[in-house]
Amino acid sequence: MKQRTLKSLDLAALWRGLARPDATGTDRVVPPTGFTAQLTVFSAAAMAFLAVFALALALATGRLAERWSSELAETVTVRISAPPDQIDEQTVTVMEVLKTTPGIAESRLLPDTEVEKLLEPWFGPDMPVEALPIPRLVEVREAAQGFDADALRLRLQGEAPGAVLDDHTRWREPLVKAAGRLRLLGLFSLLLIAAASGAMITLAAKAALAANGQVIRVLRLIGARDITIATAFVRRFTRRAAMGALAGTAVGMVAVWALPAADEAGGFLTGLGFQGWGWLWPLLIPLAAGAIGFGATRSAALRMLREVR
Amino acid sequence: MQNLSFGYSGGDPLLADMSLSLQPGSFHFLTGPSGSGKTTLLRLCYADLLPSSGRMTAFGQDVTELSRDGIAALRRRVGVVHQDTQFLDHLPVAENVALPLIVSGENVEMQALSDLLSWVQLTQLSRALPPSLSGGERQRAALARAVVMSPDLIIADEPTGNLDWDMSMRLLQLLVELNHSGKSVLFATHDMNLIRAAKQQVQARVLRIAGKRLQLAGADL
Repeated sequence: MKQRTLKSLDLAALWRGLARPDATGTDRVVPPTGFTAQLTVFSAAAMAFLAVFALALALATGRLAERWSSELAETVTVRISAPPDQIDEQTVTVMEVLKTTPGIAESRLLPDTEVEKLLEPWFGPDMPVEALPIPRLVEVREAAQGFDADALRLRLQGEAPGAVLDDHTRWREPLVKAAGRLRLLGLFSLLLIAAASGAMITLAAKAALAANGQVIRVLRLIGARDITIATAFVRRFTRRAAMGALAGTAVGMVAVWALPAADEAGGFLTGLGFQGWGWLWPLLIPLAAGAIGFGATRSAALRMLREVR
Repeated sequence: MQNLSFGYSGGDPLLADMSLSLQPGSFHFLTGPSGSGKTTLLRLCYADLLPSSGRMTAFGQDVTELSRDGIAALRRRVGVVHQDTQFLDHLPVAENVALPLIVSGENVEMQALSDLLSWVQLTQLSRALPPSLSGGERQRAALARAVVMSPDLIIADEPTGNLDWDMSMRLLQLLVELNHSGKSVLFATHDMNLIRAAKQQVQARVLRIAGKRLQLAGADL
């Protein structure tokens, strides 16, 4: 005897059934479910609202991690402060040390004009900075393999006592790590929201299918194909999930838009919104919710139909 | 069906070694005491159950070889009326009657539907919801739904069990009319008076299930 499979319920057939307009009103065979339907729409909307914020968090932390990472790739600095009669000699020594240190790709002594530019924000353009005892600055670019900062520090200490290695990359590293972790958390939250939405819609669909067991048996008895029955249920739940998520996404996007604009002083928190094309990302949420509704209801319908000949 | 046997959950067979062939345009009564397996035999006819052994064919196809879509197609050629027919309670009578057409994706001809409701005398109740129907009205609505697809075979499982004599005769009359229009009818009942009344209007054979086997009942009925 042949095993009666539900192969007529393959994804493509079900999708064709959904895409086709319901000209004969087949969907009406599913009784209205009132309160359950409203709960499904509300839950989908709430999940979508949360998903917008999780997405905003993931994107913002991504940007932050990228910014800090790119700054990491920038140079570290050696500052030379020595009495005027020694500074030239120590500068030559430092340049020689840097040239012979493994892991350093390039070192460059900043000309006075550049140093003055760096100081301009503090002293203003009219300040005669040349009259000040300004330290010499050497910009060092790290090679890919990196260098041993402690060893370099010791060497500089021995050969040019006025030189100080300003290794600011070291404190940025944990921040970049934290931003990366935060981004992962944001993405993980999105996955959790998707999974919770799937579970919620599956439960609602299962409850609706179980409550309509008699309807399904009647439909099979009068010659309804599995695909016809499943499509009626799947269409309803897909629509509910997508419409609820659309509303939740819209509210979430308005809420994100209403956040304060990105501001240097505000730091990370004021940069939480979407930027440019990033505003298109949340539009995927209703589509994802529809897809989740589609998959969850299809799986619930398959289980239910297996129990009916 | 040929040498067909059936038992629930692998238990002792309820029906054993049955052979029967329903010809187009035939009218058969199926009788037997309660629990003898009349409903089971009818369910086998529309593939709601599958035989434990033996061969069961419908419209030239082995029922045991049919896919689920194949079973659905078979059921569109077999109209079934139960003693306690179920409807979709949220849809009005007219839509319930048209349901087989709706789920088959076929157009519902409003005039034909109206004629059908008129034939079973339910025109006035076409917009009523099923829970508001009486027993006789439910059975006539069930018959209308069973024939809306113009099936080749109509199976009626004790449809008059809850009806008074007048309503039973009305339902029988409708089935006889269908038979005269060329449909095969298989009518399970243990109401001998109904069978005697029917035999005055139609050439019917009477089958009886006794001792797990199917027998042709005597002419004394």
